[in-house]
Amino acid sequence: MKALGIILDSGKNSTFGKLTDKRIGVALPICGVFRVIDFGLSNMTNSGIGNVAVITQENSRSITDHLSSSKWWNFGRKQGGLHLLTPSSKENGGIYKGTAHALYQNLGFLEHSKEEYVVIANGSGIYKIDFMDVVKSHIETDADITVVCSKEKEGFDYTQYGNLELDKNNNIINFEEKALDPEWEYISLEIYVIKRELLISLLKEVNEEERYAFVRDVIIRYKKRLKIKGYEFNGHWASVHNIKSYFAVNMALLDENIRKMLLQSSPTIKTKVIDEPLAKYNYNATVINSIVANGSIINSYIESSIISRGVYQSENSSIKNSIVMEGVKIGRNCNIEYAIIDKNVEIDNNKIIIGTEEKPIIIRKGEKV
Amino acid sequence: MEKKEMIAMLLAGGQGSRLGILTQNTAKPSVSFGGKYKFIDFPLSNCINSGIDTVGIVTQYKPLKLTQHIGIGIPWDLDKKYGGLSILSPYMKETEGNWFLGTAHAVYSNMEYIDSYDPEYLLILSADHIYKMDYSKMLNYHKERDADLTIAVCPVEYEEAKRFGILNTRDDGKVFEFEEKPEEPKSNLASMGIYIFNWKVLREALIEENKNRDDSDFGAHIIPKFHEENKKIYAYTFNEYWKDVGTIQSYWEANLDLVKINPDFNLYEKYWKIYTNSNIQSPHFIGIDANVKSSFIGDGCEIRGEVINSIIGDNVLIERGVRIRDSIILDNIKIDSNTKIIKSIICENTNIGADVNIGNENEIGINELKRVYNTGITVLGENTNIPAGVSIGNNCVVLGTTTKDMYKNKKLEDGKNIIINIKEV
Repeated sequence: MKALGIILDSGKNSTFGKLTDKRIGVALPICGVFRVIDFGLSNMTNSGIGNVAVITQENSRSITDHLSSSKWWNFGRKQGGLHLLTPSSKENGGIYKGTAHALYQNLGFLEHSKEEYVVIANGSGIYKIDFMDVVKSHIETDADITVVCSKEKEGFDYTQYGNLELDKNNNIINFEEKALDPEWEYISLEIYVIKRELLISLLKEVNEEERYAFVRDVIIRYKKRLKIKGYEFNGHWASVHNIKSYFAVNMALLDENIRKMLLQSSPTIKTKVIDEPLAKYNYNATVINSIVANGSIINSYIESSIISRGVYQSENSSIKNSIVMEGVKIGRNCNIEYAIIDKNVEIDNNKIIIGTEEKPIIIRKGEKV
Repeated sequence: MEKKEMIAMLLAGGQGSRLGILTQNTAKPSVSFGGKYKFIDFPLSNCINSGIDTVGIVTQYKPLKLTQHIGIGIPWDLDKKYGGLSILSPYMKETEGNWFLGTAHAVYSNMEYIDSYDPEYLLILSADHIYKMDYSKMLNYHKERDADLTIAVCPVEYEEAKRFGILNTRDDGKVFEFEEKPEEPKSNLASMGIYIFNWKVLREALIEENKNRDDSDFGAHIIPKFHEENKKIYAYTFNEYWKDVGTIQSYWEANLDLVKINPDFNLYEKYWKIYTNSNIQSPHFIGIDANVKSSFIGDGCEIRGEVINSIIGDNVLIERGVRIRDSIILDNIKIDSNTKIIKSIICENTNIGADVNIGNENEIGINELKRVYNTGITVLGENTNIPAGVSIGNNCVVLGTTTKDMYKNKKLEDGKNIIINIKEV
């Protein structure tokens, strides 16, 4: 029972505003040192899936840098590996028109692989799962396609996800994408298991008909012809699909239970290693309820914030309820609240930056304020 | 094979007996420093930052943790197709085998490895010091003077000089005299144990010397021999931070030097980075009741107590009401509520119960192992367990899983030890 992994960059990058000027959504930092995509990649390697492709619309430097070596996630180099697949300018190529189209353009990768099953996962999910449990269930229930789904949970904005109905045998009998008025109790977590051969033939079929969306043109359209099953996942799951959810997903890590489950229990989430010395707290540091990454130097007040690697905070400044990314420098006498300070920003002395929980202020990557 | 101009031999087989139980289960080069690094990270990072990509690491004493840390050299970009990092362990020959009996003997025994790169120059390093040094500058110095041997030296305080091998030099850096631990030093230039040799010259000397003895040492035999034979020996003066971490006191000082506002040794500089085998861990969390000042905190920690002037490694859990001052806490340690720790070193994988007191600032208790423990620092060894409610004095050593009945009146007096012989691995 071997599976091949595919991680999709959702491509919805416009919803992140300035945060995705120079990066794609799945490359956004989580908890100071991880990227969104690390959760998908780590779930793959932790499930024993050693051959993984990341399919992305944009070949941005942030993602190629991050995926520079398969070794960070323990993927092989000769046996299996980590592949970055981007749109081709050749025949049938061009910008991906949808997930099915993105997969179809990379049919060669599917055809040349040997694994019997394919696990496809949207790269924007923040969760921990053993994909092999899903594959096992897929085999046991003799499904053609298995869709991982989750029951109603507080904080889910149903309109952002696929809404679906399961019968008592877990067959998907109704499925609606981003329903305005969701009718059913399950949402799709955008994780699918399918036999490789079946995926190849379905992709060829829909492409013939110039259809490009995996959910609409395969799952919904084929739901009666194929045996499509739901697999219920009960663990913690969140997705990063806009600024608000990005902020919330990070802040949720200040909760001890969520932190334990996502980041401190085995198997762990893996990422590219950057050697920084330990975080340094100088004499005037006062830090409470915050996450601080290594390489940072703290000289004043921090409360309920996520401080990434290599941040320098000067004396007499206050940071509250904010996300501060890698390499940021903050001057003296600043007051920062509900802000997302992007990478390598330099904030001068005496600056006041105050947003709201609903609408945190974003300071663009590399900017000098 | 391609020729390499200079390769390095890093002598990492030493025990470091003056570090006491810090090296109880591991070779000195893999002792933790700055909450994250190991001693060996400094010479290895210096090598790659100086453009040296071929390093032979000679191991001997309890090498498991060291070899696990080094792996195939990935953290230092030393996983190379040609060159890179090789671990050289003692080996058997057809008729006999032997341990590496001296520093020069260790290099002699690995001559085949060195010859395979046909180097012009050989750099000899150890992993006993904390420093950042560009070895390529030293090589230029060596080449400019057409030397046979260049020895790196560091100026030390005159009172300190009697603890070192001292080099007396002419104005141009040429060495005319060596004094090993002189009572009245004529100069304060201490040998750093870093040598660049012309390989051909050293090779010959090693072969000759090995005919006379099988425990040849650089300091005791090879360098005096070079001197006697009027080989060109130069001293290369290094004026930056160079700190010995060979004793409990110097180890503690060097670590706590790092948390000063303007430390003499700066780990945060980008241009000369120190690399290490980092575990990928989530950043640490500082709780609502925590108070952290003048300290280093590692990844994966959960801090809910007070930490002042201390170094806390990775994965340390510090509960509410805990107070830690002037201490070094290594990785994977649990400290339960209301425990107080002062001027102590706590080694890896240790559990400390609630309401425990460790260390104090009273008059120093005399320890029976006073050659090693003599400055009042209390040390808890690896895999140690301290039951709740006990009190441990200053200058104490505790090692192993201890239980309440081992503490008379719940107390371990100043300078006393509890060392439980743990099974040799």
